[in-house]
Amino acid sequence: MARDALMDFDAALEKFEPVIGLEVHVELSTKSKMFSSASNVFGADPNTAVTPVCLGLPGSLPVVNREAVRYSISLGLALGCEIAETCRFARKNYFYPDLAKNYQISQFDEPIAFEGSLEVELDNGDLVTIPIERAHMEEDAGKLTHVGGTTGRIQGAEYSLVDYNRAGVPLVEIVTKPIYGTEARAGEVARAYVSTIRDIVRGLGISEARMERGNLRCDANVSLRPRGDEKLGTRTETKNVNSLRSIERAIRYEIQRQAALLDKGIAILQETRHWHEDSGTTSPGRPKSDADDYRYFPEPDLLPIRPSRELVDELRAALPEPPAAQRRRLKAEWGFSDVDFQSIVNAGLLVEVRETVDAGANPQSARKWWMGELSRIANETNVEPASLVTPVQVAELQSAVDAGTINDKLAREALAGLMANEGTVAEIIEKRGLTVVSDDGALIAAIDDALASQPDVLEKIRSGKVEAAGAVIGAVMKAMGGKADAARVRELVIERASA
Amino acid sequence: MSDITEDTVRHLANLARIALTPDEVTTLASELAEIVSAVEKVNEVATADIPATSHPIPMENVWRDDVVADELTSEQALTGAPDHDGSRFRVTAILGEEE
Amino acid sequence: MSDITRLSAAEQSVLLESREISSVELTKAHLDRIAETDTDLGAFLYVSDDALTIADEVDSARAGGVALNPLAGIPVAIKDVLCTLDMPSTAGSKILEGWVPPYDATPVARLRDARLPILGKTNMDEFAMGSSTEHSAYKITRNSWDRTRIPGGSGGGSASAVGAFQASLALGSDTGGSIRQPAAFTGTVGVKPTYGGVSRYGAIALASSLDQVGPVTRTVLDAGLLHDIIGGHDHHDSTSISDKWPSFADAARRGARGESLKGLRVGVVKELDQPGFQPGVTSLFHETLTMLAAEGAEIVDVNAPNFEYAVAAYYLILTAEASSNLAKFDSVRFGLRVTPSGTPTVENVMSTTREVGFGAEAKRRIILGTYALSAGYYDAYYGSAQKVRTLIQRDFAAAFAQVDVLVSPTAPTTAWKVGENLDDPLAMWLSDITTIPVNMAGIPGISIPIGLADEDQLPVGLQIMAPAREDARLYEIGAAIEALLDAKRGSTFSSLTPSRAGGVI
Repeated sequence: MARDALMDFDAALEKFEPVIGLEVHVELSTKSKMFSSASNVFGADPNTAVTPVCLGLPGSLPVVNREAVRYSISLGLALGCEIAETCRFARKNYFYPDLAKNYQISQFDEPIAFEGSLEVELDNGDLVTIPIERAHMEEDAGKLTHVGGTTGRIQGAEYSLVDYNRAGVPLVEIVTKPIYGTEARAGEVARAYVSTIRDIVRGLGISEARMERGNLRCDANVSLRPRGDEKLGTRTETKNVNSLRSIERAIRYEIQRQAALLDKGIAILQETRHWHEDSGTTSPGRPKSDADDYRYFPEPDLLPIRPSRELVDELRAALPEPPAAQRRRLKAEWGFSDVDFQSIVNAGLLVEVRETVDAGANPQSARKWWMGELSRIANETNVEPASLVTPVQVAELQSAVDAGTINDKLAREALAGLMANEGTVAEIIEKRGLTVVSDDGALIAAIDDALASQPDVLEKIRSGKVEAAGAVIGAVMKAMGGKADAARVRELVIERASA
Repeated sequence: MSDITEDTVRHLANLARIALTPDEVTTLASELAEIVSAVEKVNEVATADIPATSHPIPMENVWRDDVVADELTSEQALTGAPDHDGSRFRVTAILGEEE
Repeated sequence: MSDITRLSAAEQSVLLESREISSVELTKAHLDRIAETDTDLGAFLYVSDDALTIADEVDSARAGGVALNPLAGIPVAIKDVLCTLDMPSTAGSKILEGWVPPYDATPVARLRDARLPILGKTNMDEFAMGSSTEHSAYKITRNSWDRTRIPGGSGGGSASAVGAFQASLALGSDTGGSIRQPAAFTGTVGVKPTYGGVSRYGAIALASSLDQVGPVTRTVLDAGLLHDIIGGHDHHDSTSISDKWPSFADAARRGARGESLKGLRVGVVKELDQPGFQPGVTSLFHETLTMLAAEGAEIVDVNAPNFEYAVAAYYLILTAEASSNLAKFDSVRFGLRVTPSGTPTVENVMSTTREVGFGAEAKRRIILGTYALSAGYYDAYYGSAQKVRTLIQRDFAAAFAQVDVLVSPTAPTTAWKVGENLDDPLAMWLSDITTIPVNMAGIPGISIPIGLADEDQLPVGLQIMAPAREDARLYEIGAAIEALLDAKRGSTFSSLTPSRAGGVI
């Protein structure tokens, strides 16, 4: 693949103004699918979470999942949208093998929610308001796997395999209006927006919102216009952006790529582009063509939805507090510094830390786990920290530490057990034999052995160099295979010295 | 008023994924022109003030509880498939198209 | 016992209940009759071996004193548009050749629950697109009354099967007349229920907002008995009406007792009683009106000025919805796959499969429907057609404000010769002019035989229409007229069915 020419980012912004637009798809975590009673599960054996409806079998008919409608209304309200008095479903017609009926049931000119806005917070605490055009209900497509060739990619594949387990999973598509004035922070604004949506849907409990699983997906529209121009430039739509970090990178990349072309007088092609995480580049997909005549028409198999105002009011009353307000409150409650708190937010781990605190851990420990050990492991294995363990598990782990059952080192071992799905924290401690040695007799014996081989230590401690105890503690921990409570060992060493 | 040409038919056939033969394109272009001029008469009475009726029997808020039912086994799902690998449907390479 | 296949299902039911005949005997008689007559009739695409097993089970259950549906043990034929677990379901199309669905359509499941042995699947125009059953990918079906004639369509298989005593009960589907017009052409009874009265789940869709499944029988009472089984709310179909329905068999029995016609206001739709209709059809229709007046009915002329636009609007709605409904036939999950030579891609495999798998009429309608929905044309075509639907509903509402039922000839002509209208799609479409407004409005309609046309001695049907949800009214009035005509004639209409050379009809 030829490398795209890129203009220096700052130079690009000097000449052009970026305008972005974002389409976020949220998979709802209902028990069954949007229009079919098949289970909405991740990771089932292929083509087992399907009914005749998911497979588009002749004669099958869709029926709306009421819970999905409620979730969609809640999300619309959380996005500050108006909820339609009447909305309806429409068929979007196009052929693709992952689309069982060769039409997608979506909403066209009558979405369930429209005209909203969302306040998002940037890394430095600045607030930006994102205008939202609409949020509509639709169904997900199945999953294609490309076989043959070298890369597992579509190019060069010999054939493809289709699994319809995901076909029909409820989606809400949230579409922004064009977002102006983001300038050099275009990518950051997009990331903060998606991150905020993720916090909202998790707060509502309507989606797992795990980007690595595709529960939350973002398509980024980017266009540039020369400084001073009124008219919007031609936009590209970048798909396959499945982490917060990639959203920022992909937008930055498109700005630099488009600027280089425009600068040479080359027109931008209106097209879909794909983001490649590994190379940090985008590549063209199918150009927009007359094949994009989707021939929308009202879905004759489904009736209009008229959410009662009572239902809307009930769901509005049940909304959790908005993310920005919640952040202000949590920061105060937890007593964190601006820097500490903002680092959690920027890492996209606020929900995890909050849920860990809710599950009983103290805020400092919760922060330490997520920002420390879990972020490190996630970074090494290139996954999201949230995919490693649940907040409840982290809280259980910390509770075992707080109770003195395990120490920090053993806790890390227990964490490995949790990630390997070996059971609950208690079971893992039991199975792996991770309990700290709390028998003073055994500890004192180990301390005496250590002191015997380092006779000068006692003297040092007695002369006030308390830190000399460290050498003994280290030797004792080693002798106990790490299963000693370091604080207790320290106490005992000092007792010994003062005896 | 009808503007149906062979190009129109080819375009429609592409949208509808039907590989029409050149003869079919020719025949359909003239048939469609005739049919379209016949059905165009709907515009004589379909004025702006008349609401559209998409469903013959008006109903609303028809939905089901969020309960799992009617699932097929993968054997049942694949039973009529022209080609499969034992758990998934197999299709010819998609080639230059997007994922 | 004379030929038990000639009896109505209600009469067969009496003999089964009194144990004078067994279900095995009855089912065997029908299977034998199919074997004897179907070679040249061509009503069935598939005949099931399983029918006798079910019949045997019903006989055992009856012997064991189990309470059974009145139609339990009476064999039934199913139009191939309905999905059946144990039989191929092709909708008359090559693209579905041999496809056995992993599920039953709701009306079929309800027949199984009521323990009716299923004889097999009946022929139809491909995807129900046609008015003659000459557009099946497999074979043509001939008229049970006259083998040189078409049986009407798309449900010519079910109508001819019932007309030729291969079955006393069958299911059909009606999108623009596919139950009623074949009923008229074969001298049988066909009912298109109120839209949403019978579940569409498992009925291979032609036009979702027009399709409706309904009974095909030789008597109004039989249709009511069958409708009582297949009808009622189904949560698998969002457009299924959740109201509680009265018994249609009871309505038919009430009608047959007389009195129902006295004071009845009967509307004659002037737009459906035109000079261009076949004279023998028009004269029988007017004789029937005279008879109704003599029974105390009040005959009222009503106008439906927008019916003139119904056929045009119907074809726009039908083709638009069909173009989308038929997109699922893409060679991926079921049905035919044809791989072109050269470098196959999934796109050209789909295009080639659809080129080979669909017949000419299906392709014509898909292309027209794609046009009607495409960018820039939606408002002028599909959008306008939906407005015409509103106007037709208003015409019906105005008419039903004046009368209890509306009547018309079911079809402008009697059955035409095989091959006669094949070259002219528009002429074929116009033959549905009398039945289409009913589907556009979603109201119920019934066709009952009222006699033989003078010029060709072929059956003529009377269509009766009622407001939405008033299906019971059709059964009551239909049975009342049927009883009057039977009394005048001194026999049932089906007893007039001509014998064929060789003694078998």
